[in-house]
Amino acid sequence: MSGPVAPVAPVAPSPSSTITRPTLSELFRAFAIVSISGFGGALPWARRKIVEQKCWMTAEEFNEAFALSQFLPGPNVVNFSVVFGSRFGGAPGAAVALAGLMGPPLIIVTVLAMLYARFGDLEMLGRILVGITAAAIGLLIAVVAKMAAPLFRKGWDWGPPVAVAAFIGVAIMQWPLPLVFVTLAPISIALAWVKR
Amino acid sequence: MNGSPLLPLFGYFALLSLFAVGGANAAIPEMHRIAVEVMHWMNDRQFADSFAIAQASPGPNIIIVTLIGYHVAGLPGAAVATAAMCGPSCMVAFLVARTWDRFKEARWRIAIQAGLVPVSLGLIAASAFVLARTADHTIYAALITGITALVGFATRFNPLWIFAASGLLGLTGWL
Repeated sequence: MSGPVAPVAPVAPSPSSTITRPTLSELFRAFAIVSISGFGGALPWARRKIVEQKCWMTAEEFNEAFALSQFLPGPNVVNFSVVFGSRFGGAPGAAVALAGLMGPPLIIVTVLAMLYARFGDLEMLGRILVGITAAAIGLLIAVVAKMAAPLFRKGWDWGPPVAVAAFIGVAIMQWPLPLVFVTLAPISIALAWVKR
Repeated sequence: MNGSPLLPLFGYFALLSLFAVGGANAAIPEMHRIAVEVMHWMNDRQFADSFAIAQASPGPNIIIVTLIGYHVAGLPGAAVATAAMCGPSCMVAFLVARTWDRFKEARWRIAIQAGLVPVSLGLIAASAFVLARTADHTIYAALITGITALVGFATRFNPLWIFAASGLLGLTGWL
């Protein structure tokens, strides 16, 4: 099954990589697996699948697509599935990736909701959750480190200081996220414009 | 409550979909305000339990709206709430992605994209930090976070195994 021709610019082949294009059924399966594995956030799993296992995007392309998804309204990973799917398969690609991401968890969560309506005891679930959450945070830290690698490899440009400033603003100073974004994004974009 | 609850379910979540910048966790307080305080669909305890179930199940955390919808109006409610929460923002994402890819070579597009990446990274790092500070209550939990981070960064070991082990450790009540 070959993907439909999408009216978008072809993905620029990066020189040193073996980037391939997914078909529609591959798209669906990849996002379904990402969503089923994605306890405590799907970002680490999406990167693992797309960059490390399937080689559909380079580390830099993944960072760019995810950054775009993060600054659109709505849930990040859901936006990412649409951005990624539409790039590789137009509207059908977007629909298929979204269906893969949302379908399996919808079924699982509905079953859980029915069980909860019936039994309503979450004490055990809560304890298991404490453990899984601790691991999920560790996985998130690992993916941040991996995503930061291409940025820091380019040398001490404007990028790393901006990333560090965003981190300090939200994590240490505890300023509101929208405020940090509205302040830093224009500065960072202006610097990117000047440097090119 | 007058009439079908499906209409307000759809209306509130469709609106929230377009204003939820910063992902599911940023939208939780507003969901709580609507579901508990404004519409009285559920009480505090039920909302907290929904949040726990959404966290415990795989997939995007935004799936909490499915649970709220189910609680309010059964399966149709679950379907309507999920569609409302994802529909509008997905349309925006689709339109932006198309425009974005069309201007792949434009200088302004390259500058915006290159400028957003470091801000995005800093914010993801910050959310990991904040989560770790609020969720890791014991030294053991912090240890699990640290070990998972190291294994996840340095090896290709499937993290699901670590998740299973940490879930079991949690069940023992040590964490």
